[in-house]
Amino acid sequence: MSDPVLEVENLAKHFDIHHLQQRVFAFSGVGFRLFPGQFLLLRGSNGVGKSTLLRTLYRSYVPKGGHIWFDAAEGRIDLATAADVDVAALRRRDIGFVTQFLIARPRVAAEELVAEPLRLAGWPKAQALDEAHRWLDEFGVKRELWRAYPTTFSGGEQQKINLARALVLPQRLLLLDEPTASLDAGARRALIRRLGALKLQGVAMIGVFHHKEDIAELIDMELTLTVKEMADVAE
Amino acid sequence: MSLIEAPSFKRDLDAPKLNRTQPILTMHGISHRFGDVRALQDVDVTVYAGEVLGIVGESGSGKSTLLRMMNLEEKPDQGDYRLAIPGATANLFALDRFARRMLRARHIGIVYQNPHLGLLMRNSSSGNVAERLLISGERRFSALRSRGRQALDASEFPTERMDAPPIELSGGMQQRVQLAKAIALEPALLLLDEPTTGLDVSVQALVLDTLKRLQRERAITMVLVSHDLGVIRTMADRVMVMRKGRVVEEGLADQIFQDPQHPYTQSLVHAKL
Repeated sequence: MSDPVLEVENLAKHFDIHHLQQRVFAFSGVGFRLFPGQFLLLRGSNGVGKSTLLRTLYRSYVPKGGHIWFDAAEGRIDLATAADVDVAALRRRDIGFVTQFLIARPRVAAEELVAEPLRLAGWPKAQALDEAHRWLDEFGVKRELWRAYPTTFSGGEQQKINLARALVLPQRLLLLDEPTASLDAGARRALIRRLGALKLQGVAMIGVFHHKEDIAELIDMELTLTVKEMADVAE
Repeated sequence: MSLIEAPSFKRDLDAPKLNRTQPILTMHGISHRFGDVRALQDVDVTVYAGEVLGIVGESGSGKSTLLRMMNLEEKPDQGDYRLAIPGATANLFALDRFARRMLRARHIGIVYQNPHLGLLMRNSSSGNVAERLLISGERRFSALRSRGRQALDASEFPTERMDAPPIELSGGMQQRVQLAKAIALEPALLLLDEPTTGLDVSVQALVLDTLKRLQRERAITMVLVSHDLGVIRTMADRVMVMRKGRVVEEGLADQIFQDPQHPYTQSLVHAKL
């Protein structure tokens, strides 16, 4: 069997709110291994820390203990302590984060936002735009919106663009934070199809989904978070 | 004992790096005083090739002083500065004035908040850019003109107005001329000192978009100083937070905004509208 893409050991997170002199506990003792093509579903009630765990793995949140071993091309690297510049490099190349929220940039068209990861990966402009169009179409974004600026699009349209951008390039690890929330049925089907194809290509995934039935066929493992403690991984 | 432990800083400097990660700029132990005022205290900076480092902090935190030192306009009382460019292996602050000036002109571009600092306001816009090209040894009028036009075009300046002096242009257009001048020689490092402060919101968006496009297409390494957190969030890969001449926190841009560690960074992020 191949090496795990991700090996998490005893991961802990809390938040210090300085002006209140207060510490807010998020989780501790989290551990699991994830191999290429595996899908781990995070479960637990609202506010238990599922999204916090995803953001800690992505290093948007600073881990407060433990290890996040990622199998990079250069060797195993601990994302919990890795240099910011290396985390940034791995995000461009190997680790994707998909949320329901798009960070639209002023005066950047939808097609450019989707093509950007491809351009950064060295694709020629025309080819990257063609691929971007394919995915915008797949997620049901109307053709007349492709060259418009998404800043003022509806939440649903922004979400579709965000998904197309996040999934246009296969990465080794994909973190999914409720990507189906508020999607229409067509876009939801397109997303599940795309995730299934990525899984077959060996992309490992960790996801938070409101409706488990959406992705039931993809799930290999589940991790249930409970308040202030972690349950074991269930196969 | 306080419940909350002191945040750990400079994680970025201590952690092992991937083999391919090389700094283009390294500053170490920069300290400087203006009279009784400590402007910078033991500041370390590392900037990696192709990234945008944002520097934020309140007025008087030392961020613009630090940027002027990166541009070799000022020397600190103490500290070491190295750029990974051909022929520059020594501490750049130890170079003589002429060598510093040549290195600055050839390898470092800068866009100031105030265009008067970066441009000759009554010379033509193309002439301002050509002045930078002359330093590279280019003397042919046609080449100066065409390369000047290319730089202005890359900065999305309307080239039909390239002979207009900056004094006749709007603030946004003046910033584009500064940008064209700054990138004309394809510098190793582009420094941006509050480049959008004072511009209308729509013009600000245009300038930011141009910068973002240049960064994407040419992988220019940038250091951006701004007190506008929205600008920093849009542009920066990593962020350094300064207060009273010290670096209080540095991290990935999304981490600084979503999970700030230092009390000052938390107050800064929470104060953002």
